[in-house]
Amino acid sequence: MAHTQEQILEGLAEIVNEIAGIPTEEVKLDKSFTDDLDVDSLSMVEVVVAAEERFEVKIPDEDVKNLKTVGDAADYILKHQA
Amino acid sequence: MNSTNRTVVVTGIGATTPLGGDSASTWEGLLAGRSGVKRLEGERFAELPVRIAAPAAVDPEDVLPRPLARKLDRSAQLALIAAREAWADAGYTAKAGEDAAIAPERLGTVIASGIGGVHTLLDQYDVLKEKGARRVSPHTVPMLMPNSPSANVGLEVNAQAGVHTPVSACASGAEAIGYAVEMIRTGRADVVVAGGTEAAIHPLPVAAFASMMAMSKNNEHPEQASRPYDKDRDGFVLGEGAGVVILESAEHAAQRGARVYCEVLGQGLSADSHHIAQPEPTGRGIAAALQNLLDSSDLKPSELVHLNAHATSTPQGDLAEIKALRKVLGDDLDHVAVSATKSMTGHLLGGAGGVETVATVLALYHRMAPPTVNVDELDEGIDADIVRNEPRPLPEGSIAAINNSFGFGGHNVVLALRSV
Repeated sequence: MAHTQEQILEGLAEIVNEIAGIPTEEVKLDKSFTDDLDVDSLSMVEVVVAAEERFEVKIPDEDVKNLKTVGDAADYILKHQA
Repeated sequence: MNSTNRTVVVTGIGATTPLGGDSASTWEGLLAGRSGVKRLEGERFAELPVRIAAPAAVDPEDVLPRPLARKLDRSAQLALIAAREAWADAGYTAKAGEDAAIAPERLGTVIASGIGGVHTLLDQYDVLKEKGARRVSPHTVPMLMPNSPSANVGLEVNAQAGVHTPVSACASGAEAIGYAVEMIRTGRADVVVAGGTEAAIHPLPVAAFASMMAMSKNNEHPEQASRPYDKDRDGFVLGEGAGVVILESAEHAAQRGARVYCEVLGQGLSADSHHIAQPEPTGRGIAAALQNLLDSSDLKPSELVHLNAHATSTPQGDLAEIKALRKVLGDDLDHVAVSATKSMTGHLLGGAGGVETVATVLALYHRMAPPTVNVDELDEGIDADIVRNEPRPLPEGSIAAINNSFGFGGHNVVLALRSV
């Protein structure tokens, strides 16, 4: 079953909270993973793997570099989910 | 700045050990003669020949925030907790460079581990086998590398003079402190955060040490299993934790008005070149290390009043150490109160040198030698004054102590401290 953008944002917020300790309410679509959410390049790999599992989507390594903000990731997942 | 004979002092201490989550509770446990050894519960230990160990009394994951803890191997978590305590204890309130207390380029770290991030290595191998390569954590390499504790403490305090990790099995923590002393003496740094850490209570290392016949199999009586110098000792008990000291040039400590616990007189080093894991039975290498210390420092055998011994509770090792001391010190060993704190903490491998340096610093500072527990019947080959069961006051005036650490591979490190 496809997830809505709202559900994806909620899921990403929980993942970022688990990995970087940022409160879920601060994880918003316009936030940058690196600059705003304390997710460095290594932790970004964890975010991606957790998102793949949760939303049943494949995010190839070459696409990860384009996911600068939470909105970028949400859009990608929305478009590519099964 | 570049003098090679600068006096080095201890201005801060920190520890998290099987006896307590900080140096004060650890010291209290040592004086009370409390054992930190417990049964290893759980299915994964059930089939092992050794089912006892001395885990850290306070789980580091309960102390550190989760986002930080999950990026650190347990050995680095413990080191960071001990280092934070030591840093604050020395009176530092910010990272280097954030205030004028110490410049980053004059601050170093030397923190060692004997084994490194073995929990991370083995846990991630389980992930690889069970869930596949994609699920292996991107933090695996920075977590398992043995320099990770030193590097993470370096990041914590902003150390830029050098971040180092000597590895010499169970001598690693002591070697780290010796290395730090040299960094200050040779003018490379004014302040160094130094010590040792270990977290190896996992079925694989336990099974491996057990295969070497190095460990006590007294599974029925965990608190009595670590019994250095007792005639029925049957091997060491694996312990977990970290001990860290802040070393500082005496000049730097004086300039900022720091409290000084004691002076570090120096280190004596040697190697057995005898066997990869067996102690050399005559104590030849240990004697050489102690002689090197006496030759290279102004430590006088007459002022020695306390020894924190390596004494891991193995039949051969405990004897060789005392033989070596008797050979070098002669009658001067008679006025040395010998404590084997591993009887309470177990053997922290690369963490031992750190924790036992903290214990030796406190013994001089409080003028009290901690006891050795479980010596029900002293091995008749132990020709030294063992402090048994109760702590013993140390004399007034200027007094000195040594702390021994030896490691598989034949590494011998003797550190000397003097009261101030």
